[in-house]
Amino acid sequence: MQLQINYFAWLRERAGCEAETVDTKASTPAQLWTELDARHGFDTERRHLRVAVNDAFSSWDVQLTDGDRVVFIPPVSGG
Amino acid sequence: MFEISTDRVDVDALRRGLMDSGCGGYTAFEGWVRDHHQGRAVSGLHYEAYADLAKAEGLKILAEADQRFGPVRLACVHRIGDLAVGELAVWVGAAAPHRDEAFKACRYVIDELKQRLPIWKKEHYIEGESSWVDCERCRAAGHGKHDHDHDHDQAHGHRPQRTTEEQSA
Repeated sequence: MQLQINYFAWLRERAGCEAETVDTKASTPAQLWTELDARHGFDTERRHLRVAVNDAFSSWDVQLTDGDRVVFIPPVSGG
Repeated sequence: MFEISTDRVDVDALRRGLMDSGCGGYTAFEGWVRDHHQGRAVSGLHYEAYADLAKAEGLKILAEADQRFGPVRLACVHRIGDLAVGELAVWVGAAAPHRDEAFKACRYVIDELKQRLPIWKKEHYIEGESSWVDCERCRAAGHGKHDHDHDHDQAHGHRPQRTTEEQSA
């Protein structure tokens, strides 16, 4: 399955890229996080983040499908 | 109306857009770039947004405010990109038949957007370092680590998120 990942703020800096396409066997955002964290070393814990799938906030255990866009969301600081 | 904008905010145009003969009260909130944070001199801010989700979430917040306090006419613009000290970073306007609803709706929108919009700010300090800003509640709780409770459904990761950048002018 291919997924599109986008990174923002300090996750983007730690990943070293704004976006990437990954081939993965991960079927949920939680599994995907574990896989990408092992590769990039985000140095944070998942409980500090939220996740969005296809531009909507999502749970960590939703079933991902081919072509989904997944974004891990660091604590926000707008305003 | 909710926008994420790279351009300077035209406050007069936004205010005119809210005018309506049925509205007797109008209020607005402006968030400005401040020159200090936690004792450090700030030279400017960089705002970054996950624009697609921020727009959807922003419209949702405006709809919630209208549902709670409406009918109320609302508009909001959040700047992204590099902002200098004194620049307007966020604008919220509310017009309603009476002032109370306008005040309440405006307050609701700015409070919710600070907690929910996927937008991040990085502070640039006079001495040249930069750092991503942690959430307000964590600052209020007086620590950089985590584990205090929040009354919203968002988690936060809070070691200080620091990066050192080359000194610039």
